[in-house]
This record gives sequence, C-alpha cells and structure tokens, in this order.
Amino acid sequence: MQGRPALAAQGVHKRFSIPEERSHTLKERALHPLRRSRHEELHALKDVSFAIEPGEFFGIVGRNGSGKSTLLKCLAGIYRADEGKIWCNGRMSTFIELGVGFNPDLAAYENVALNGIMLGLSPREARSRYERVIEFAELEEFQDLKLKNYSSGMHVRLAFSVAIQVDADILLIDEVLAVGDAAFQQKCFDVFNRMREEGRTIVFVTHDMGAVTRFCHRAMLLERGKMVGIGDPRDIADRYLEIAFGREVGYEDPDVGSARMGDGAARVSEVWLGEDPTEHRAVAPQSEPLTLKALIGFHKQLHDPAVSLTLLNEHRQPVVVATTAEDLEQTGGFRPGEWAVVAFSFHNMLAPGRYHSILTITHRGEGLDIIDRFAGGLSFVVSGLTSSGGMVEIPVETEVTRWGHDRPGEVARTGEPR
Amino acid sequence: MSASGLSEPVTQTPPSPPEFPGEPIRGPRALDDSWSRFWHLAYNIARSEFKLKFFGSALGYLWQVVRPLLLFGVLYVFFVEIFHVDKAKGAAAEFYGAQLLGSIVLFTFFGEATGGAVRSVVDRENLVRKIQFPRLAIPISVVLLALFNLALNLVVVMIFAVLAGVRPMLSWLELPLIILMLTVLGTGVAMLLSALFVRFRDISPIWEVFSQILFYASPVILPAETVREKLAHGSTDQFLYHLYTLNPLVAIFQQFRHAMINHSVLSAGQLLGSWAALLEPLALVAAIFVVGFWVFNRAAPHIAEDL
Repeated sequence: MQGRPALAAQGVHKRFSIPEERSHTLKERALHPLRRSRHEELHALKDVSFAIEPGEFFGIVGRNGSGKSTLLKCLAGIYRADEGKIWCNGRMSTFIELGVGFNPDLAAYENVALNGIMLGLSPREARSRYERVIEFAELEEFQDLKLKNYSSGMHVRLAFSVAIQVDADILLIDEVLAVGDAAFQQKCFDVFNRMREEGRTIVFVTHDMGAVTRFCHRAMLLERGKMVGIGDPRDIADRYLEIAFGREVGYEDPDVGSARMGDGAARVSEVWLGEDPTEHRAVAPQSEPLTLKALIGFHKQLHDPAVSLTLLNEHRQPVVVATTAEDLEQTGGFRPGEWAVVAFSFHNMLAPGRYHSILTITHRGEGLDIIDRFAGGLSFVVSGLTSSGGMVEIPVETEVTRWGHDRPGEVARTGEPR
Repeated sequence: MSASGLSEPVTQTPPSPPEFPGEPIRGPRALDDSWSRFWHLAYNIARSEFKLKFFGSALGYLWQVVRPLLLFGVLYVFFVEIFHVDKAKGAAAEFYGAQLLGSIVLFTFFGEATGGAVRSVVDRENLVRKIQFPRLAIPISVVLLALFNLALNLVVVMIFAVLAGVRPMLSWLELPLIILMLTVLGTGVAMLLSALFVRFRDISPIWEVFSQILFYASPVILPAETVREKLAHGSTDQFLYHLYTLNPLVAIFQQFRHAMINHSVLSAGQLLGSWAALLEPLALVAAIFVVGFWVFNRAAPHIAEDL
C-alpha cells in the first residue's frame, strides 16, 4: 500500500443522455422507432484526473450542477465512468444523497444490519456494530420505531452513523452538513477530526467553505464538469466564492426591493464597491479595507443633506449603519443639476455571506425627513475563511490565567489570585 | 487575494498508470468478486422482505399457506365437482386433488419469483442510487423469498397428499431436481424481467397477462393427458401439442405429479414421447437463464442512471 494513492482518477468522463421525450412504453417505441435519436447529451464530467493520498482529507467543491455528486458516484462505483479509469486502495464506505437507502417499514436494527452488509461487512460484524451505530446517532429511545416514523434529521443521523462505523479506509461523504442540527454538525466535525488523526482518507463534497478550510488538506474545484483548480483549500474556497457569487453582479434581492421613498429632491443613481464603478465588483474580501460609494444627483436646492448607509445581511438584519451626519455635520449646499459622490470606508470585519445596501438621503435635522431611500442598489458577497458564526468577525484577544484552587468569588473579593 | 487565483493554470500531475495498479473501480455490476457478500446480501434482503410481508397481520405466515389452499378449494369445486375434468382418466385421476394442489403451489412459486421480480429493482431505487453492491442480489432475493414460501407450502401439499392416501415412494427423491429446474427457470425470467422493466415499464402488465396464459397452458387444472388426447389428430394438432410441451412448466409440473403423487400419471418423458424429447424444454430453461443473466448483466452498470 505504501506509496500508492488511496484513490485516483485519470481522464474520467461521464455523459448522461437525457431523452427529450422519454419513450417508456413499447407502443411508443413501435410507433416512433426513430424517436430514440432525439436526446440531449449532458457532459457531466470532462477529463477529470487527480490522486488522493492515503490519510488525506480531500474536499470537492463547486456550484450546483458542476458535477461534484456525479464524480463522487463514479468514485463510489455507483455510476460507471464512460471514459478514463479510477482506482482505489482499501475498503470504501459511502454516504451519498443523504443516506444509505433505508427501508421505511423496518426498524433501525434491520436497516442497520442490511446496510452494513451492503457496505461490505459480514452479517455478524454488521449486527455487532448496531449498538455503536445507534449510540452515535443518539437514537437509543427510538430504536423500536419503524423508520418511516423518523424525522428526516434522525434518518440522516442513522445513515451517517452506519457509514462511519464500517471501518472503511476510504470514506466518501456527500453534503452531510447541509442537514442536521448544530449539535449533530459538531458531532460530524468531531468525527472528521478523529478520522483525520487515524489517518483515514476522506473525500468530502460540500458547499460549506468554512468546513473545507477547516478540515481539508487539499481541495478541488469543479465548474461545469471540469476541474478548474486543485490544491490549497483556502485558494479553492476563494475561487469557489468568486465563481458562485461573482457572476451575479446584477442580482437584486426581491425582498429588499427597489421601491423608493422620499420627496425626490435628490436621487441616488448608482452604488458600487471600490474606486471604479465600471469594475462591477461584487466580492469584498474579509479583513481588507472596504469602500462603498454612491453617486447622487440633485434636483432641488439642498443644504447639508445627510446620507446614510445600511448594510443588511441575508437575514435582513442591519449589520452596519453609517451616516455622514456623524462625521460631516455640514455636507454643504448643492444646486439642481449637481452631482456628488459619497464614500463609506471601513475595515471589513463582516462575516462571510451576502449583503444588501440601503442608501438614504435625509434633510438635515432629526433624520426622519426622507429625500430618497434607495434599497437594493448593490448586493455583494463577503468572501472569507473565518466564519465563527457571529455576525461580524472582530479580532478578539483571548487569555487564560491559572487561578489556583480558590473560587473565583474569593478572588474577586481579595483582588488577587493566590 | 482571491482574484489572482482564477487565471492560474491547473497544477496537477495526473497519476501515472503503470505505477498505480490498485483496485480498479469499474462501476456497478450484476455480480462482484465476493460471492459471500452477494449471498449475504440476497439472503438478508429476502429475510427483511419476509418479515415485512407478514408484520402487522394477525395470522401472519398462515396467509402464505392459506392463499394457495383457497385457490385450490375454488378450482377443485368448480372443475372437479361441477365439470369433472378428472373423471375420464381412470387411474391417473387418482389423488387428483393432491395433484392440483401441488401444481398450484409450484405455480405460485413461479408467479411470486417472476411477478415479484418485475418491479424489484425499480422499487429499490433508493438503494441502487446510493450504494455500490452487486445488483443481481435484488432479483435473486425475490427468488429466495419465493423459494422459502415454496418449501413451507410443499410441506402442506405433502401432508395433504398423505392424508388423501398417497404412500411414500422412492421417486420422492426426485423432488430436489424438479425444484432446481423450476428455480433455474424462475431465476432466468426474474433477471430478464427486472432488467427490462427499468427501461420498459409495460413489462409489468404484459407479464401479468402472460403468466395468466401460462397458468392455463400448464398442467395445473387440465391434466396433460387430456391435452394429449384432444390434440392427437392432424398436423395442426401435432404442432399445437409440440408448442404445449415446449413450455418447461409442463414437463416440470407433470414430473412432479408423476413422481410425488401418482405413478399412473404419465411422467414427463412419457408425455413428450421420449426422455430425449425432454432436452427441448430443458434447453429452453437453460437458454432463458443465460439470456436473462446476459440482459441483466448488460443493464446493471446503467440501472442507477436509467431509473
């Protein structure tokens, strides 16, 4: 085994032929013998080659329909590659399409035994692992229920639990993190860490770039069936975010809308990221300076209008609110026909994700007298690798001090650790 | 910064094949290298199906036995008490009831093995699409389940026969051979149908009608001797009779009736004229098995995509 990759593919192609009108019955076949030629070919994988070393944690990322799952199914031997070769060294276990295919009318025990055998265990081994499987899935209380009475989360937990208990050298996992609650996700992460330490080979398909950068030694990016990158997970994650979000520059969130309010004495006509509006930047890297600018056209005489910016995250929560009224009390007077550019700059500490801008021009004063409110003018993505789960990524310094055996309350009173 | 990454060329050297023998992954197949895994799988699928089938019904397994008995009751009353299909044959008509029940049970096996196999692969879509395993395990599990039911039903048949007055015979030892022939035939048809159904969904109604025809074209109700008598004259009759005996179920059921119930019933060899003539239906059984396996084996790599 030494020196051989755990899994390797060379020049793998996969095509699906999708009939436009699928003739399922013999009558249709007999009446339209030539119709068969009418099908579209979907070239799902194009010349994919790579090698995964034993003990490597390997991520496969890509947008929906990029061929990730098809590749995983080829690796798992569920699809036959049309061209090219795939090799593996070691026993393989799979977790694909959210599970190992349970029978809804049987209880957990039967299903676990059956699936263990399918994944390559002997019947005795499969039955002896049942306890561990059920324990990991935390389904002890529900083991007598038929699987059709399980929630979808319980299903997935059980399936994942079977997949990791078969002692495989190579584990293929498709999108396990997309389902399940936070506690189960954490459990998956613990398993990943443990397997990494045990030197198992894991191939992992996901959309979660945080997980890719956190666990993977290497990652691969697929786009339209082609491998467009392989290597350091950070680079791959960055490129994925660009491909996934960067192209949708004109994206407008229907909920934020473009309905305008205000008396129209001035109008925001354009909002953009960076210095140059023609760049159409849609990605703002995390931990770098970010500048957002707005072009305003004046239609009436105005004195010291205030311009404010609100950035909403995906959940419509205002994460950043900034206004010129704080820094520049006096913005000056503007005549009809004049233009002005307002810039907002800050160090980008936003959590990765999509943000929408709302720009508001108000008359000087209490800020309720709206001249123009322009929502949805800009939508951009913060690309980044740190995702702590908070709404912002503030650099936080941490420190641990040993306090001895006294209760912290004692210490607080005396003021000093003993 | 991320933007620079886009234009970089893919820096990956593909593995050089001569240095990487490994185990090639060829995609899904009908069978894989491990026979033990195949059998464990087929057996355990059949086992769980068996549990499922009778779970929650009060009489449970009894239904499996009662069903052929009910059919037997209806047919017996109708054809024997009213139409007297058994009367003309003299000694061969003895223990007609046991002959009828035996044939019904054998046909029930054939019907379960083939009719149950039709949808079997499609119905297990969630397995086929998610796990690599020898695909043939699915139709084989259907045959195994039917075989298990057959074994229990045959016990009922033999009890019935002994109660009716049949005495144990040395020819009972032929039973395994008869069952083997029937199983090979049923397996061949099961493989063929389950693979074809993935792409041609009208296999299901076609096979329903066809197995109805087979039921009446086999010596279940109508003794083969009667057919032989009726088709004894002229070349058309001869051709029809030849066609009738080509059906492997005729030879199998007939031999069962001869060897297990009543020696006065013609044996399969006598019915066909000579033992050599038996080669014809036997060759057909072998051909169906080979074609069935060939079709399934060809379809196996693509079943997951064609579903």
